[in-house]
Amino acid sequence: MRAAIVGIGIHPFGRTPGVSGLQQGAVAARRALADAGVRWQDMQFAYGGSYSAGNADALGNELGLTGIPFINVLNGCATGGSALVAACQAITSGAADLGLVVGFDKHDRGAFNAQPAEDGLGDWSGEAGFMVTTQFFAMKLRRYMHDHGIHADSLVRVAEKAYANGALNPNAWRRTPIGFDEIQRSTMVNDPLTKYMFCSPAEGGVALVVCREDRAKRYTPTPIYVSAAAMRTRRAGAFEVYGTSVSLDDAPNATALASRAAYEMAGLGPADVHVASIQDTESGAELMHMAENGFCEHGEQDDLLARGATRIDGRLPINTDGGCLANGEPIGASGLRQVHEIVLQLRGAAGARQVQRPLMTGYTHVYGAPGVSAVTVLQK
Amino acid sequence: MPCDARILSTPDRLVERILWSSVGDVRSRAIDDALFDWPAPDPALKASRCRHCGAHAFPAMESCRNCGGTEVEAVELPRRGTLWTWTVQRFLPKPPYRSLQTETTFEPFGVGHVELPGTLRIETRLLEQDPARLRIGAPVELAFYTQYVETDGTEVVNYAFRMA
Repeated sequence: MRAAIVGIGIHPFGRTPGVSGLQQGAVAARRALADAGVRWQDMQFAYGGSYSAGNADALGNELGLTGIPFINVLNGCATGGSALVAACQAITSGAADLGLVVGFDKHDRGAFNAQPAEDGLGDWSGEAGFMVTTQFFAMKLRRYMHDHGIHADSLVRVAEKAYANGALNPNAWRRTPIGFDEIQRSTMVNDPLTKYMFCSPAEGGVALVVCREDRAKRYTPTPIYVSAAAMRTRRAGAFEVYGTSVSLDDAPNATALASRAAYEMAGLGPADVHVASIQDTESGAELMHMAENGFCEHGEQDDLLARGATRIDGRLPINTDGGCLANGEPIGASGLRQVHEIVLQLRGAAGARQVQRPLMTGYTHVYGAPGVSAVTVLQK
Repeated sequence: MPCDARILSTPDRLVERILWSSVGDVRSRAIDDALFDWPAPDPALKASRCRHCGAHAFPAMESCRNCGGTEVEAVELPRRGTLWTWTVQRFLPKPPYRSLQTETTFEPFGVGHVELPGTLRIETRLLEQDPARLRIGAPVELAFYTQYVETDGTEVVNYAFRMA
């Protein structure tokens, strides 16, 4: 028994002055319910989360206080992915037949300013300037480029693709293509990453209606089945966000663990994936996550990106909706946006950015502090 | 001379602190007493080592994040190592960052992870921010700098590594 996604809804990402994060979540929820042809009153449970916009269960005030179990999820950037994992477990265990997964957020401008105590760290690490996620990605990338001989042009190509795809997505925040030279020459933020190679905290909401596989066709002619949904946390010895020290043995990171678990659960491998959304909080993250999720060998990225392999018309399209780079990152909603995009692609309903090849299997991957990752394998 | 009561836990330390604080007019303290002793003649970074599995942690932990063991011993980390990775922080971090700088006076600073032989890789400020001089594998050594100054004039000192 798998879970099926039978309804999807999104509130456009970016900046929406005057509309709270919660209200954006409510818009997404109403759209997902309408897409599945069901009412909020039909939901037997809900899982949801936001990082900066309040508890997700406050949506009851917007949608109706129906008394259902509504569980708030807070798992860093993997909040949405974790909510979906929990919802799928509720379905596959037989505990419930039909429910809602929702994520929304609304962040201030500028980089996130996480508090050390949230991750069990002393105040000193914040005072010293270590609670800056962009630093981590830059340092992980610097080492990765050194170890695997990655050329800096590849970082530009990832960002260039993201803005090109965003231009085709009416729900994206950044809808103007940005050229290679402009990305390369934009202000250096955390070496080797420039301004246009980073995503920004943003706003948005996404919701999904999930149900039992054997009832999915009651709600939609095009259900998308969740063949795997796996969430993992960091292991000792892995290089992860906000790690003040790491042992010298290199352990697989949370992404590698979640990815491996998901392939095993789905009974397939990376070569079977036709389209993927992977975490691209900066262009180096997408590049590294390509290999960590098994889509290429470490070091193969230069060649793949130069050939356009991950563009919408490439061998394995990645982040067809523009990813975090073009959509920004509202933490609670971001992981579910990836799922929303893959459902659209598998349905053949992605409009101007639709992959023009038969698609059977899609993949999503989200990663965040302090070393959490959630992966799904989605199939027609 | 008054001392910062928040960081004084034992009478012995109080004595030591007053002695050191009396040298010159500048009072200073460690950004966190768990990290290193300050002022001290030759400070080292304080870590823990698990008596069961041998795994190190910095800052020192009371239990082991590798095996969960609860018997750990205090150890000092080597003062010299190599640069494992680096970046340059080119925008002023938001609070909880505390520094002597403002948006207008902000100067980029180096951040990295250094590998300390036989123990750990640790996150650290680098007393070097010129990308041309930051090289993976380069030798580095422990150093200290003033992160910020409290309203009473106390200098708050943090650890860093500099190119050796």
